[in-house]
Amino acid sequence: MALAEKIKDKANQAMGLNEEDARISKSYFTVSFIALLFGGVFGLLQGLNRAGLLELPSWYDYYQVLTSHGLLLVLVFTSFFAIGYFYAGMSHTLGGLIPKVRKMVWIGFGMKLVGFVFSAVPIVMGEASVMYTFYPPLQASPWFYIGLVLIVLGVWMAAFGAFIQVANWRKNHKGQHLPILSFFATGVFVLLFFGSIPVAIEVFMIIPWAFGWVETINVMLSRTLFWAFGHTLVNIWYLTALSAWYVIVPKVIGGRRFSDTLTRVVIILLVILNIPGGFHHQIVDPGITESVKYLHVFMSLAIGFPSLMTAYAMFSVFERTGRAKGAKGLFGFFKKLPWGDARFLAPMIAMIAFIPAGAGGIVQTTNQLNQVVHNSLWVVGHFHLTLGMTVALTFFGVSYWLVPYISKRVLTPAMNKFGVITTILWTIGMSLMSISMHLVGLLGSPRRTSYSTYGDNATALGWDPYLIFLGIGGTILIIAVIMQVYAVFHLMFRAPKGEEEFPIGEVEDKASKTPFWTERWSRTILIMLVVVAMGYVIPLVDFIGYAPPGSPPFQLW
Amino acid sequence: MHKHEKIWLTISSIMIIGFMLFTGYQTFALEMGPPSNTETLDPQKVDETEPFDEPGVYEVGENQYEVVMTLEAFMFTPADIEIPAGSEVTFIMTSKDVTHGFQIAGTNVNAMVMPGYVQTITQAFDEPGEYLILCNEYCGAGHQMMSTTITVK
Repeated sequence: MALAEKIKDKANQAMGLNEEDARISKSYFTVSFIALLFGGVFGLLQGLNRAGLLELPSWYDYYQVLTSHGLLLVLVFTSFFAIGYFYAGMSHTLGGLIPKVRKMVWIGFGMKLVGFVFSAVPIVMGEASVMYTFYPPLQASPWFYIGLVLIVLGVWMAAFGAFIQVANWRKNHKGQHLPILSFFATGVFVLLFFGSIPVAIEVFMIIPWAFGWVETINVMLSRTLFWAFGHTLVNIWYLTALSAWYVIVPKVIGGRRFSDTLTRVVIILLVILNIPGGFHHQIVDPGITESVKYLHVFMSLAIGFPSLMTAYAMFSVFERTGRAKGAKGLFGFFKKLPWGDARFLAPMIAMIAFIPAGAGGIVQTTNQLNQVVHNSLWVVGHFHLTLGMTVALTFFGVSYWLVPYISKRVLTPAMNKFGVITTILWTIGMSLMSISMHLVGLLGSPRRTSYSTYGDNATALGWDPYLIFLGIGGTILIIAVIMQVYAVFHLMFRAPKGEEEFPIGEVEDKASKTPFWTERWSRTILIMLVVVAMGYVIPLVDFIGYAPPGSPPFQLW
Repeated sequence: MHKHEKIWLTISSIMIIGFMLFTGYQTFALEMGPPSNTETLDPQKVDETEPFDEPGVYEVGENQYEVVMTLEAFMFTPADIEIPAGSEVTFIMTSKDVTHGFQIAGTNVNAMVMPGYVQTITQAFDEPGEYLILCNEYCGAGHQMMSTTITVK
């Protein structure tokens, strides 16, 4: 490495993020947590409605609230957080962002905001009550879809910026492994780019139809393209959370990272296997043969393997760290973990939540079990465990050190305690809600439906004792949301000045060398494309070649 | 690699492969596969296309029934179905407008019903009682009212 580079790297690590890079992450986090606040309020309204306690007004009905909640939390909160986090991580581990990359991520920021306004206005005006999935032939205002295109293009700007940043570093550091956090960032942006290609194609099919230039649309094709994206997206947020578990948490608890090779293999596997996983949303669809659905059981379950590897890795790190601190007995190391540290507690609960969440995911990918729970509240319970607990709590855990780090402030013991309380409240609220959702889903209560007794049907009335917990859980959660949003802005603008650590775990002293093939991204992407082709060529050819006549648009709200 | 890690990864693999094999056995040997009919029709001409030109409940054999059903915002046709206990019922369905879901609470009947496709699903009803049929895919402002019943006597 050239001397100048070396000095720059050292300076960067000693002095914190440079002003310009910090501003990028601060802006992304600001949008992210405002989205969390509004998304949380919409969530509470839904919870109270499903509990039978609140009738929503006709000028902003349940389905408008639900569309807003889904888009704000699955798309805005998460994507803005992930980009802010990984750009801070790249700036920190790759010696500062290069000016061109900064410009790109700012353009992406603007495009996403403009796109968001384009999509939000029709929702508020009641012209886009089509949910996060916007299945045709339900048809929203064309501006809703144009907004989505801008959001996708904005995400691509951030992805290309990351690729340029990484390529630049590799050119100047030949023969070296990409620092692990930037390796995660690369995986995430590769998936974000390739995963959003199908939805971009779908939206380009929809826009001429939404303007009335073409009369009909291929319903199954658009649905399949959506899910190739829709599930990849949530797994990208999971991969983002994983980066904090593998890289940050070991340092926070005073230990070392688990095997660097295994970490990189897990990332590569998740990149390769993810996109066809979305097909399990279509297990009870017509038009797809049982053999194709069975092929996809293999493809979806395969994603479980890297997660099980992760479970081992995490507990191994906890055990080694605990023993190094003098823990005795089989489970003595649990007591040595820093439970009072919000930077650890939040991601730790996130990991524990992923045990039932992952198991529930395996249930949903398995054909016959899927049929039992498909489109019931079970599924909603599942993604409130995966996204609402696993991803959100990990992001909160990151915010407690990253927001002060980029703001040149510190997390005081008082704010740490505030974070611990937020985490506990969030855990209680989300657990009450998602457990009752799983149970009532098994009894048949459907998702995406405002409160209904179906004409006082006895079966539907039997669900009410469970549904009340959606209101209780939602109420506890909104308190935690407000506390979390307050914490982020306090840490950004009010907390005492100082230096917070960017905790990046180091490998074990006697760690074996990571093989260099892990750096061959072109090969990883090629294998990914082969796997995507295996999963999607047959169904897509079927849907195009044997398509029934298309569907005209419907606006049924 | 640590010995414990090898054991864990072996158990993980066995578990995942086990799920795959069980699913395959149930799908292909026990014929419990998910509803996967591949017939198509013109979604704008449902009323003129057999069998949907005459929706209804048809007895097709001893204790065997076929329900030819159309789904549209926000109703099932026919509604309020009655069948004798111990019958096996095959539902043959399509949608006249948007994507709907067909679910019978308390059973494993759960299928997507989409415009342009004929979906089928079969269920044996042994226990007498009134079962709630509902739409479980968002289909518009009246989605929460889209329901009917099947009474087993």
